[in-house]
Amino acid sequence: MIETNLDTTCHIGEVTFKNPVVMASGTFGFGREYGRVYDLSKLGGISGKGITLHPRPGNPGIRVYETPSGMLNSVGLENPGIQTFLQEECLFWETLDTVRIVNLGGGTIQDYIEGARLIDEDSNRRSAAGRRAVDMIELNISCPNVKAGGMAYGIKTSIAREVVREVRAATTLPLMVKLSPNAEDIADMAQMCEQEGAEAVSLINTVSGMKIDVHRRRSVFENLYAGLSGPAIKPIALRMVHQVCQRVSIPVVGMGGISCAEDLIEFVMAGAEAVQIGTYNFVNVQAGADLAAGVERFMAEEGIASLSEIRGIL
Amino acid sequence: MATIISNRRVAEGIYVIHAAGRFEAKAGQFFMVRGWESYPLLSRPLSVYDQNEHGVKFLYKVAGEGTERLSRMRAGEELTLLGPLGNGFPAAEGRTALVGGGIGIAPLFYTARHLEQADLYLGYSVEVYEEQEFRSIGHPVTINCGGRVLDGIDFDEYDTIFVCGPEPMLRAAQLKSNLSSGRAHVYLSLENRMACGIGACLVCSVGCEQGRKKACSEGPVFRAEEVVLA
Repeated sequence: MIETNLDTTCHIGEVTFKNPVVMASGTFGFGREYGRVYDLSKLGGISGKGITLHPRPGNPGIRVYETPSGMLNSVGLENPGIQTFLQEECLFWETLDTVRIVNLGGGTIQDYIEGARLIDEDSNRRSAAGRRAVDMIELNISCPNVKAGGMAYGIKTSIAREVVREVRAATTLPLMVKLSPNAEDIADMAQMCEQEGAEAVSLINTVSGMKIDVHRRRSVFENLYAGLSGPAIKPIALRMVHQVCQRVSIPVVGMGGISCAEDLIEFVMAGAEAVQIGTYNFVNVQAGADLAAGVERFMAEEGIASLSEIRGIL
Repeated sequence: MATIISNRRVAEGIYVIHAAGRFEAKAGQFFMVRGWESYPLLSRPLSVYDQNEHGVKFLYKVAGEGTERLSRMRAGEELTLLGPLGNGFPAAEGRTALVGGGIGIAPLFYTARHLEQADLYLGYSVEVYEEQEFRSIGHPVTINCGGRVLDGIDFDEYDTIFVCGPEPMLRAAQLKSNLSSGRAHVYLSLENRMACGIGACLVCSVGCEQGRKKACSEGPVFRAEEVVLA
């Protein structure tokens, strides 16, 4: 029997998550599909499919390849563009009882700024009408699968600083910056985000990887490299979350290969405020609901009343 | 969870697995199948080979670690099935041909069983399998082994043609369709790699005349003229 007086809430700025289970961008669409499988209000939050100012068709060729305990993906930010997102997906998001996070990607700095501005304006309009659809922006400076922008900004702190600063100035929505494990120094990057006024950082995005088809003598992926996710990267993600938590005082949202409640608790013990679930959604279609219940089970079994008791204990 | 009733080898590297349960798949739909906990990571998309009141059957080819594991499973063990998924084949109108290449014959059996009339064209590269099962349906069956099954079909003799097979074959079907009079409505069932299976992750998306579509939730069956094959 699961106790109901457990405190599973998490906080980023003034936004409260009912539990630490947030669905990771790119693995959950905008939630509609999984919403037919289980009740999305069981989730702490959803980070939507990454969107960009203009629609993108994504990458041609093979987009997924399974690896030992992981997968490489090269979707390349296929998305309908911000206008379509605001007009269509936000109507659905208005109805959701969970934290709704827009994942914003870009090509040029101008695209990021314009994108953030459009989301901000739309958000103000909706909020004034009592129909809020977006609670937070997750700034994606770390997608490994797009040539212009994306991870280009996620490698060097000095370049990323300009993007974070400009986007921060373009929106009053809470801002979370998603960091790449391919950054030169991820803790430096996180510290910069804190200095520039971000409310949180999330990490890690996928690890840049490669797969060669030895018979065809070429990369499986037309974009040459692809992003590795899944349990294979969890130890790396956990170490990076821990390092970042030592360096910043803003909330850190951890992700990378989480596949059970105990995995999630590891990230909290490393200092994460909340976590994101990505690849595990493909393993277990009810991943979100199962993990939300699993956290409560773990807390009840271990006699933990609030996640704050174990957060950052290492 | 669905208990395995049988898992039968029908040719070199080709198996039919039968799992118990009541399912309501339409012809041409598929399931995301896994017979393991966490490794391999992803489920495998397998189209419905047959379905009855006892369960569902999948005809599959061992192509990698997942299907290899599947082939070693025995009666009494459990499968996790997500589905039925995808759009499946539309209603066939008029004279109908079902064309399968290699393991692409899998979705045609259940489809054929529900058609009053259809001509079946089955193409194999090395070894012929499940021929008696297909013949038992009662429709005319043409077998081609080692050649090109499409070569023997005049598209202008049909009103509806369903094709499932490897991508070069689908491209050939597209070309044939373009060169035909246009009498036949030609549909292709794609075999893209998938991860979520339900339309969320976009790893299976295909270029179509109206922009990208998801092979899992908007397919796997597309009109031949709408899909852009690489």
